[in-house]
Amino acid sequence: MIIDGKLLEYLENLSCLTLSDGEKERLSADLGEILSFMERLGELDAAGVPERSHPFDDVNAFREDEAGGSFDRSLILRNAPEKNGEAFIAPKTVE
Amino acid sequence: MNWETVIGLEVHAELSTSSKIFCGCSTAFGGEPNTRVCPVCAGFPGTLPKLNRAVVEYAVLVGLALNCEITRQCKFDRKNYFYPDLPKAYQVSQLYAPICRNGRLDVRADGEEKSIGIREIHMEEDAGKLIHDARSGKTFMDFNRCGVPLIEIVTHPDLRTAAQVIAYLEKLRETLLYLGVCDCKMQEGSLRADVNLSVRQAGSPPGTRTEMKNLNSFRAIARAIDYETKRQTEILREGGSVLQETRRWDDEKGFSYGMRSKENAPDYRYFPEPDLLPVEIDDAWLNALEKRLPELAHQKRERYVKDCGVSEKEAVIITAHKNVSDLFETLSELSGSPVESAHLVTGEIMRLLNQNNILPEELSPDARGLAFLVRLVSEGKINRNAYKETVEAVFVRGADPEKYIAENNLMMLADDEEAAVAVAAAVAAVLAENPGAKADYRAGKEKAFGFLMGQVMKKLGGSGNPDTARKSLKAALGE
Amino acid sequence: MFDLSATELSAAIKAKKISVTEAVSAYIERVEKNDKTLNAFVTVSKENALARAAEVQRRIDGGEALSPLAGVPVAVKDNISVKGVETACASKTLGGYVPVFSATVVERLEQAGMIIMGKLNMDEFAMGGSSETGARGAVHNPWDVSRVAGGSSGGSAAAVVSGEIPAALGSDTGGSIRQPCSFCGATGIKPTYGSVSRYGLIAYASSLDQIGPIGRDADDCAALLSVISGADEKDSTCVIKKPFDFPADCPSAAGLKIGVPRNYFGAGIDESVKKAVLAAAEEFKAAGYGVEDFEMPMMDYMVPAYYIIACAEASSNLSRYDGLKYGYRNADAKTLSDVYRLSRSEGFGIEVKRRIMLGSFVLSSGYYDAYYKKALQARYLIKEAYDALFGRFDMLISPVAPTSAYKIGENVGEPVKMYMGDIYTVSVNLAGLPAIALPCGFDEKALPVGFQLIGSAFSEKTLVGAARLYQSRTDFHTRRAPTGGEPQ
Repeated sequence: MIIDGKLLEYLENLSCLTLSDGEKERLSADLGEILSFMERLGELDAAGVPERSHPFDDVNAFREDEAGGSFDRSLILRNAPEKNGEAFIAPKTVE
Repeated sequence: MNWETVIGLEVHAELSTSSKIFCGCSTAFGGEPNTRVCPVCAGFPGTLPKLNRAVVEYAVLVGLALNCEITRQCKFDRKNYFYPDLPKAYQVSQLYAPICRNGRLDVRADGEEKSIGIREIHMEEDAGKLIHDARSGKTFMDFNRCGVPLIEIVTHPDLRTAAQVIAYLEKLRETLLYLGVCDCKMQEGSLRADVNLSVRQAGSPPGTRTEMKNLNSFRAIARAIDYETKRQTEILREGGSVLQETRRWDDEKGFSYGMRSKENAPDYRYFPEPDLLPVEIDDAWLNALEKRLPELAHQKRERYVKDCGVSEKEAVIITAHKNVSDLFETLSELSGSPVESAHLVTGEIMRLLNQNNILPEELSPDARGLAFLVRLVSEGKINRNAYKETVEAVFVRGADPEKYIAENNLMMLADDEEAAVAVAAAVAAVLAENPGAKADYRAGKEKAFGFLMGQVMKKLGGSGNPDTARKSLKAALGE
Repeated sequence: MFDLSATELSAAIKAKKISVTEAVSAYIERVEKNDKTLNAFVTVSKENALARAAEVQRRIDGGEALSPLAGVPVAVKDNISVKGVETACASKTLGGYVPVFSATVVERLEQAGMIIMGKLNMDEFAMGGSSETGARGAVHNPWDVSRVAGGSSGGSAAAVVSGEIPAALGSDTGGSIRQPCSFCGATGIKPTYGSVSRYGLIAYASSLDQIGPIGRDADDCAALLSVISGADEKDSTCVIKKPFDFPADCPSAAGLKIGVPRNYFGAGIDESVKKAVLAAAEEFKAAGYGVEDFEMPMMDYMVPAYYIIACAEASSNLSRYDGLKYGYRNADAKTLSDVYRLSRSEGFGIEVKRRIMLGSFVLSSGYYDAYYKKALQARYLIKEAYDALFGRFDMLISPVAPTSAYKIGENVGEPVKMYMGDIYTVSVNLAGLPAIALPCGFDEKALPVGFQLIGSAFSEKTLVGAARLYQSRTDFHTRRAPTGGEPQ
């Protein structure tokens, strides 16, 4: 699998990362190598095999609809890099 | 050339559960920013969701009401994208196995019945709110709405006109309100509709569609549909091609504009949510939910006409809002007079709602007091004028009807000697004061009787018995 | 005191031979002295621990019935949230992040009267097998400080075998408890998925992650497992019906049938590891177990399936780190896009970025079916293969890693080689099974070698029983690392 510049940029965007030139070089090589290694999965005949996304088949874990458990706002905002007394603050989101 | 508009709708309805979909925080609208938040709905590292059983039940109720197949084992998936209103950077939603599929809702528009196919209903979590602060040029993030449960109801592209869309939305809103699963306040965002629209020449395959967002009222939806239909038709007519995009409607300026100019559709990388177990709905649970399904508006309409003797027209008005039909049913039961209750609700109550700018969903009158008045008027114990006056006092000012009637002497006088004397005196005075009208009547002008009758009742105040007064006046006029 | 196991220490405390404060102070002193070399701890909560020690002492003196580990100091991996204590997953991204709630396992340790003494070093976000690339530097192997301690729970294993802490919690997503135990000579349990709450464990790969105990022997691990296991209202996937119960659930297990996957001992495994593990199988035979070899199916697909699934989940789990709500934020970023991209790019190390991008790739449109979907199908077949095997065997015996501990820096930059080091451990996580790792010898470099016993879901009882039997017949678990002696 060859990870070209365009695909790498696409993956950067999906991952919300901006790689340095050095990282780009290294990761496109690494990802190419890893994905080539993973391609052996293609040899597995899995036609009609179900997909297992979880170790077990348990179902139904619910909570009852009762309100409660909100935290004090100062705790919610405690770790925020930028905040006022009420909210997290982000740079402008509309142009 | 014949152009046809093809419309599909995605309606998001916030479910009116007490707590959020995956944590115990309250779902109430508004509130100080970030006060209805806990580590789970704020997506703090290490937290895990726990599904609110009521969300599943509400979604199934909607599915049953919309004639859907209920997925016996449904699952959640993650939809991944970065935006500050989404604290985990993924929305827990359902892509691969939504809870309901293949339903329909029958609507009447443009003079014909039409069945609108429901492709699916899925459960998901709402995002937070971003408040743009003009002064600092920054954005404040409020997570109160994060995790409020939503269902998204997706139609097939079966709709063709704005009128059909509005009819569908009205019927859908009515259904959600009757189910009691959503308060359907568009201005608060608890009901939101996105419109997918494309234009094609009749009989051709569907054209490229656009998705319109930010539609905050039925009126805005109708306008946006008209605008977008024209825009696309013009492009196609001139040989151009429509760009697949998301457009935002500006209701003030009456036009829409493209929101994201990225050439590709976003890649949400959906995959099964590993932190939640699948939901299995067995026969017993489904049967119990079927039993919980309340009587819906169209069923009520039929029953009111057939069993209660209410007119078809009144039944339509009464069932347009669940609150109104609830009031009607309470009044009928307490007063024992459905017909009189229907008159009151469709007449006086509707007038008072309009006059006082009260929305039907805000209706919460003293039903017991009103039922008492319905009984009095149907038993002939107060006259119509006194009835209207007292209804208004009860409805607008919250007056106690019994006290109000006593204080204002509105109870009809009994047919005793004292009453007869009072009526005779009033008749004599009115005839003396209005010789012209008296003469007119005698000259054959029937209308004059009504005028004179009104004057007599006025003199008697609210307590006059109209039957006695009519008899006495006719006698005095020499019949 | 440092010779006592965790359960023995608790017994000594209850018998008033040692006070809780004495025990906690002595261990803190030891960490302060030894850990400069090992770098196993990232945080030592000295004041909190001493205050808690006094409180637990009062509870013990007041006659409160506490667990078999009451009064014992314990430390937890840095991806387990402790309220009020920095929990950073050895990442710059979460530097300074102080949780406002504790993980369920932390609450259970406290209820059991254990004293949380600090946080343990690891691979960044638990992504790795060497504990050498995190923001807090490499953990050094107590047997040879030029070598890695394994990972990702390297700090947990190193701290336990060096005697810096009697017992610790780690987490295991693809071998992260078992492999450092093997490299350091510790004993550790990767519990059945769904038997220990993940609430408060900072997620790497949610369908694979499981917290588990690391100790000096099977008894200590069993005692610690019984403290932390059990259903939790806050974790939907914690489906265990009846929590593990120590010591009731630890009978000595005799006459069981063990399967040996012969293809695990072919190419790629060090001769000394192979010898030690096969010797362990012989030991079970000598103890009366039936030992029989078999061909393990799906071996070629285990590592690819694991990395596809783990990275897919990780790419989503780690998207929340955006510099807005907690953790690292680039100070100069002015636009939203810069805050996101610069904070993430500077906050995450190279291995984390590699896995996030791999995960984004395998889930992206156009590649989902060929990679992610195929991996889920492989996972189905792997689980099915195990189910069939547990019809034949009570448990399987297997190496933990193909080698003993390697030199720090030796494998950095060789991702595929590193990933192949997980060949014996990852399928256990894919199938959600329990496994116990324990030492079975030393190689020619005098480095410890471990093996693992793998059981069917919720068969921890059988695994612990077999491990106890093995440890009653061998002394590898009692050997102490040279740097782990009494403070000089």
